[in-house]
Amino acid sequence: MEIKSMRFKANASGALVNTVLQGNLKTSKGKFVTRRAETIKELDDFEGTRDAATAIRNRVIDNLDLWLERFEQKALDTGAQVLWARDGAEVCRLVTEIALQHGVTKVAKSKSMLSEEAGLNQALEAAGIQPVETDLGEYILQIDNNEPPSHIIAPAVHKSLDQVADLFHKVHGTPRKTEIPALTREAREVLRSHFLSADMGLSGGNFLIAETGSVALVTNEGNGRMVTTLPKVHVVITGIEKVIPTLEDLSTLMRLLPRSATGQPISNYVSVLTGVKKPAEHDGPEHLYFILVDNGRADAVGSDFHAMLRCIRCGACMNHCPVYQTIGGHAYGWVYPGPMGSILTPLYAGLEKSIDLPHAATLCNQCGVVCPVKIPLPDLLRKLREKQTERGLRPLTERIGLRLWAWAALRPKIYALGAGFGARYLKWLAGGTDRIRLLPAAPEWTLGRDFPAPQGKTFRELYAARQKPAKETT
Amino acid sequence: MAKLRIGFFVTCLVDLMRPRIGFAALKLLETAGCEVIVPETQTCCGQPAWNSGDVPGAVALAKKTIAEFEGFDYVVAPSGSCAEHIRIEYPRLFAAEPDWRDRATALAGRTHELTDFLVTVLKVDSVPGDYQGTVTYHDSCSGLRGLGIKQQPRVLLAKLKGLSLKEMDGCEECCGFGGTFSIKFGEVSAAIAGRKCDNVLASGAQAVVGGDLGCLLNIEGKLRRMGDENTKVLHVAEVLAGGA
Repeated sequence: MEIKSMRFKANASGALVNTVLQGNLKTSKGKFVTRRAETIKELDDFEGTRDAATAIRNRVIDNLDLWLERFEQKALDTGAQVLWARDGAEVCRLVTEIALQHGVTKVAKSKSMLSEEAGLNQALEAAGIQPVETDLGEYILQIDNNEPPSHIIAPAVHKSLDQVADLFHKVHGTPRKTEIPALTREAREVLRSHFLSADMGLSGGNFLIAETGSVALVTNEGNGRMVTTLPKVHVVITGIEKVIPTLEDLSTLMRLLPRSATGQPISNYVSVLTGVKKPAEHDGPEHLYFILVDNGRADAVGSDFHAMLRCIRCGACMNHCPVYQTIGGHAYGWVYPGPMGSILTPLYAGLEKSIDLPHAATLCNQCGVVCPVKIPLPDLLRKLREKQTERGLRPLTERIGLRLWAWAALRPKIYALGAGFGARYLKWLAGGTDRIRLLPAAPEWTLGRDFPAPQGKTFRELYAARQKPAKETT
Repeated sequence: MAKLRIGFFVTCLVDLMRPRIGFAALKLLETAGCEVIVPETQTCCGQPAWNSGDVPGAVALAKKTIAEFEGFDYVVAPSGSCAEHIRIEYPRLFAAEPDWRDRATALAGRTHELTDFLVTVLKVDSVPGDYQGTVTYHDSCSGLRGLGIKQQPRVLLAKLKGLSLKEMDGCEECCGFGGTFSIKFGEVSAAIAGRKCDNVLASGAQAVVGGDLGCLLNIEGKLRRMGDENTKVLHVAEVLAGGA
């Protein structure tokens, strides 16, 4: 997917004045945050479960090569084929080759963020193969001129009911409907023919289970079942970090994933798919391919960002992020929004192509406290800021400003002079009122709010004055 | 028993913007029987450097602060953010310098945010203030999620007979300040502050109170830009010490 993260600030400004988006963000924030808070209460020991999940993920990523080999062997034993892709381009090449080999003209897809990373739909179309998104949210986006998703769990969360009603009316050529069940029925009717006519099903994978060679899919709409069982070919695309050791581990992680993601105790469907259709079986694919994708993940192993590989893609960090809640997902400019995106985008798509993202956070740590696998997201954002500084990627004015400030802060007399001047200057700017309407040194502050006036003298000055008489008498 | 010797860490923002918060904190500590010393050469704890990715700057300022403050029984700051930086981040800054790491760890263990110090260390029975009116409390992120400061200010505010606390929705949500975030992404920051201010206003409280001046400047600036001239924005030290 083309990366547009360098336009973060402009994107964010646009998002702030998009009234439909603002309304939708408000509604979805309430749902995600409140429902999660309710459902985690059902667990006897939420913190203990988080610790267990963290340990499971650590066990894998600390020996990722070993677990991948185990998974590969087991998957091969079930009749699946395992292919490896270094980057998005290789994903596109492999999928296209598989499609051509099996004479595929139509691919039914359930949601896969990795196919977004790879820009797979465009590649398939270029090869004359029709990709059809069957996740309702992804389908809405696909028929709206291939709009990118704005959320990893709810890709079309930025759209309103009215917008979807207009879109279906226009694209399907049907009478305009305004009830959600009617719109859903319409989508289902359109998609059903695609399920039946697709020659290949393509899915992501929430987890790969090493002990059985299976893929686990966590979905709510049932389209995942159709995509993975009806067509004769099933291709699974996942990141190499998605392996977990056992089915027992899956049950532990499943206590956290739906609760953290959508606030459901369990998703409507949890599918564990193992191997190809056996002779006596009636359904399932005849050919099953796993494409295990690196695309920057291997470089994160053992790096300062190792902990990020624990991520189980629940989206809780973005749902709880004050910045995401304010601007939505598109502003982040790539596949993953919110705090996870501000880390994954620099790691997978390039730090120099996403200068703003590590700074687009208040470091409030709301993400860190909700993360089901305890990824220290603010620490990782800060670490990326360090890397930017080391590589000289920050704007020159900012670098000079920081350097000057730190230089002065190490010299108390100069610092005191500067603070004394600053206090008087700011007081002067306020012009006898209690506020500054335009702050020339930091105009961004006063774009949307005032800057309160200072008292006019520094604490150190007033304190020294207070101490003076006392000193003279002793 | 000998008086506890407290090194008072003023914080950059209180020094520059609101000296009266510093004096209110001094009054609270002195009333509680402490000997309070304000080291003259103190400047900044280094958190802005650390959060901006300038590790050498953060390390140099941490060393300076450690040297200035390690001789006291306790270090107290009227800010959860600065206290959190010293308590949690200082020891992590010196992974490769064991001597400094030990000194940082020792200082970290003796450093407290003001309300936390008054409640958990001094266990004060009363506070000198006499506030009359309704207030709502904004929990600042570093204090709340970094240091577990939630009940401490509420315990102290409850000692003021004329004060009634009306909790707002989302009191634990970030106000959008975020240090340099507020000037790098001013529009987004102000929009987040707008949500906070909506909650402040909806609470119906006459004042919003908090423990970190950064958040308070952000909230006050947004309230005024929104046209609210009535809601007072106060640091918890001012309320507890009286005269606010």
